[in-house]
Amino acid sequence: MRYDTVIIGAGLSGLAAGARLAHYGKKILILERHYRIGGLSSFYRAGGIELDVGLHAVTNYNPTGPNSAPMARLLRRLRIKLEDLRLFPQFESRIVFPGATLRFSNDQELLESQIEAVFPGQGDNFRKLARLVDDLYSRDFESGPASARQIVSSIITEPLLVEMLFCPLMFYGCPQEDDMDFRQFALIFLSVYNEGMARPRLGIRPLLELLQSRFQAAGGELRTRCGVSHVEVVGAKAQAVVTDQGERIECDSVLSSAGLAETAAICPQIAAGPAPEPGRMSFTETIHALDAPARDFGHDFSLTFYSDEEKFFYRRPNEPVYTKSGVICLTGNFAYDQPVEKELLRHTQMADPFFWESLEKEEYKEAKREWQKQSDKALFSKVPGLEAHSRFVDMFTPSTIKKFTGHINGAVYGAPVKIKDGVTPVENLFICGTDQGYLGIVGSMVSGVGIANWHLLK
Amino acid sequence: MTGEGIRQAILEIINEIVPDEDLANVDPKVPFRDQIDLDSMDFLDIVMELRKRYSVEVPEQDYPQLLTLSSTVDYLLPKMESL
Repeated sequence: MRYDTVIIGAGLSGLAAGARLAHYGKKILILERHYRIGGLSSFYRAGGIELDVGLHAVTNYNPTGPNSAPMARLLRRLRIKLEDLRLFPQFESRIVFPGATLRFSNDQELLESQIEAVFPGQGDNFRKLARLVDDLYSRDFESGPASARQIVSSIITEPLLVEMLFCPLMFYGCPQEDDMDFRQFALIFLSVYNEGMARPRLGIRPLLELLQSRFQAAGGELRTRCGVSHVEVVGAKAQAVVTDQGERIECDSVLSSAGLAETAAICPQIAAGPAPEPGRMSFTETIHALDAPARDFGHDFSLTFYSDEEKFFYRRPNEPVYTKSGVICLTGNFAYDQPVEKELLRHTQMADPFFWESLEKEEYKEAKREWQKQSDKALFSKVPGLEAHSRFVDMFTPSTIKKFTGHINGAVYGAPVKIKDGVTPVENLFICGTDQGYLGIVGSMVSGVGIANWHLLK
Repeated sequence: MTGEGIRQAILEIINEIVPDEDLANVDPKVPFRDQIDLDSMDFLDIVMELRKRYSVEVPEQDYPQLLTLSSTVDYLLPKMESL
């Protein structure tokens, strides 16, 4: 059996690419090492409940926007209707820093008026920034890398506001430490502050199952528990992939969503020079199952992005978990059509992947217990009443992410340098997913569909 | 296929791509772009759907022929009348 394309990884980017290619009659095989699909946006069961790993909220939610909006464009490529995603908008979210809180929602005017109230005189500067972002996006020009911090600080003259605006955007999609590329900043700015956030009531699973069923109905083949041990390259062309079980599968092209450094590990020919550096921004997450809706004990926010320091720290920390900042997601606080069965609180903090990867099994368990306690301590002070209402708690670390997704260092946003066109020195091997450049639930599918369109649907 | 059959087939394809657009009042003489919110990827999808469903190839240099519904039907008629 020879395939048009073998796709490595059944995450959102690989599944979206597969669904599109199979729809147009290509013979596609997706190979996934894990027993479950989803990659960085998957789910697991613990304590009798289903828990998402990547998804807090879906960004780019813009139900009344034009056909040209990112989510609308993506869904047309996949022949999926917005209603099929069953998304429900956030209530309100907050950015909490020492001495200042900003609320925001899916209506950008709320954030504007909050900025005007908390930082008098900065409203016009914020609108100026929003226009610049919009311009960059709508003209879609290829700009070189530019420091977002420099550009934003030259427009917003109140340093604390700069830090506060960066906080959610970095937490939700910055592979780089300390700063981000302005283009990346603009993309996430639009998707979070301008378009907005929503959640599927049942988590990520229905979307994964929808993509899988579309893919398979169009004739695509999916194998789980089947990793790729190496890609066979002759000259500058991939001829076949060889699975962990030793099976050789011939194909005309390979699309890898494994990550750039991770793909180089199974296909050294894609690294023309030195081996590509993996990213190192990773996170721990503690998940609390609540015995009552969070609103009943006084918490009606959808998401809280906080930092206990005025200067927002965003880099690999030198301690196992950086407890001075984080993201809190209350999964019940979205405008659903019916209540969720089990409300969860998810608390994400930066973590040092090198520490977690260095531990032996028993040490790891001990460290997890200890740092979950530390993490909870920070959390309980932000969410009064939680301690009494938490019925179950689980935690995952950069090592958990590495184990189930194969992403080195558990770097959920991949490497700092992106391969925007997906092209590698191996002429028929392409990169999609985290290291192509689009991030998030919508971004990852945009990546898979985009690379499929540009290179594989000729 | 008749001209009418081809017209139906095209509208069916467009409806699959942009299900929220109202196609009942499409003026066959007016460019698609002026009446339906379609981008260049949508046009490529129409071309690929024609290939998938009817094995009709539309080479890139012929894309301008797909400007309006009636020019599209005229263009496709010789390619599809034997189907």
